[in-house]
Amino acid sequence: MGHTITEKILAYHAGREEVRPGELVNVKVDLAMANDITAPLAIEAFRSMGAERVFDPAKVVMVPDHFTPARDMAAARNCALVREFAREQRLENYYEIGRAGIEHVLLPEEGLVLPGELVVGADSHTCTYGALGAFSTGVGSSDLAMAMALGEIWLRVPESMLFTYEGELPPWVGGKDLILHTIGRIGVDGALYRAMEFRGPVVEELSMDSRFAMANMAVEAGAKNGIFHVDAKTRSWLEGRARRHYREFTSDADASYVEKITMEVSGMEPQVAFPHLPSNVKPLSGVGEVEIDQVVIGSCTNGRPEDMEIAARILEGRRVHPRVRAIVFPGSRAVLLEMVRRGWMETFLEAGAAVSTPTCGPCLGGHMGVLAEGERALSTTNRNFVGRMGHTESEVYLCGPAVAAASAVTGRITHPEEVMG
Amino acid sequence: MTGGMILEGKAWRYGKNVDTDVIIPARYLSATAPEDLGAHCLEDLDPGFARRVRPGDIIVAEENFGSGSSREHAPLAIKGCGVSCVVASSFARIFYRNAINVGLPILECPEAVRDISTGDDLRVDLAAGTIENLSTGKMFHAEPFPDFMREIISLGGLAEYVRRRLQAGGSR
Repeated sequence: MGHTITEKILAYHAGREEVRPGELVNVKVDLAMANDITAPLAIEAFRSMGAERVFDPAKVVMVPDHFTPARDMAAARNCALVREFAREQRLENYYEIGRAGIEHVLLPEEGLVLPGELVVGADSHTCTYGALGAFSTGVGSSDLAMAMALGEIWLRVPESMLFTYEGELPPWVGGKDLILHTIGRIGVDGALYRAMEFRGPVVEELSMDSRFAMANMAVEAGAKNGIFHVDAKTRSWLEGRARRHYREFTSDADASYVEKITMEVSGMEPQVAFPHLPSNVKPLSGVGEVEIDQVVIGSCTNGRPEDMEIAARILEGRRVHPRVRAIVFPGSRAVLLEMVRRGWMETFLEAGAAVSTPTCGPCLGGHMGVLAEGERALSTTNRNFVGRMGHTESEVYLCGPAVAAASAVTGRITHPEEVMG
Repeated sequence: MTGGMILEGKAWRYGKNVDTDVIIPARYLSATAPEDLGAHCLEDLDPGFARRVRPGDIIVAEENFGSGSSREHAPLAIKGCGVSCVVASSFARIFYRNAINVGLPILECPEAVRDISTGDDLRVDLAAGTIENLSTGKMFHAEPFPDFMREIISLGGLAEYVRRRLQAGGSR
């Protein structure tokens, strides 16, 4: 019986020939990451463990990205605490605002995560890096503290689910639509404790940015990780970024999956998740008349160049609907720079959108676009739970960048074709 | 938490997918102390919960409790408001780890969840893994923890586990 890519990466990092689903294993981590929300607790736990030095200053990363630029004094205090820890431990990868971005956009961009590696991050969307053929998963602050202290962590080897996408993607349908559709099909705990492996001809055609968006939302189905195989697109994306050797793992033909789901995507419409679960998904033709107050384009899910390019294409020469506030928040400084260089920045500003510095702020109702009672947002982010972006009586609908940009123009949830003709 | 602890309290019963955003909303995440977080526990699901809950009370919920964010503030908020234990049909994976790591007792037992209503008097024996509904007279057995997790639980959380490893000649 063969092994999946996830099992092989875990076995390699456990120093074992093989591992099987259900086993608890101790694995070495290649990178441990925390942000301004989770690092303060992790630092406290690190100290209470009696640890003095991190296991490797090159392999512990801190990115203050959630309530930054500091939204208030409490946030500023937490950021100061993280900054001080980074200095004390001589962390080689501490990313200050202005030079950084949203952790899950930033780390791959910086070449800090490579195929075959094992990454834990004190943020649930750490599963994003699976797009690179790495095993990465979100943990809490105590687990992260253990990883910082010992350079290892315990994990239960997950069962794998195989998702195969066949057919041809219609225009305006991308990685975000595929993952929303998938979560809609299996539910928010449809992959609980499991690995989601994404395969098939459609996936091979997908850009890296779309793959990141898919892996990013594996956690919204309850998964431990989402993972893709390395191919020519991955290798080419890593050129100029990877500064060390990496290993490519592949699932064996006779690997064992707890479930195999094949989806035909030809004819698929853009997908929208209704409040208050990412699984509450409808195809666009089933949405009906839904007026919106705010459109949010960005985040660790859809804050990458491809997302900005799609949104700019639609907003070029158009205006944001007078009733709507559109907020664009790119995932990193590099993405923001590309927006400036490619002219998308001007497009967004001319259209009447607000453009923010990279931050997680609006996605979790932190700052930079919090919703009032009764307000409705359409957002390219990843969660639409009760109160996620603000008041408990506000609503969040989730979609990809094309639908978000088109809807910003019309003021209601709209198919991009309607705007683009 | 110690292995032989008996917990008694009233049940607070909730549905599926109680996510970490409603357990402790992001607007309070600048706090780290359990009592500060506890003052806002479940605020966006059941306003006033933190004021009404009594020390020792037990949260009982359906599938996928603690879904969403990795914030360890969630189990800390639950501990901080005095809740002694969470019984659920299933737990989201990061919450499951976080609860064990910070020493919040959790038990997975769909049968018990089906039987329990808000206000029922419960008795939980952590060592035996039993949940007794004193109001209906029914007894349930939770899924046992793997040995390795029992070790962490018996030490009161992950910090002590790592401390011992470091003292036993860990790398630093």
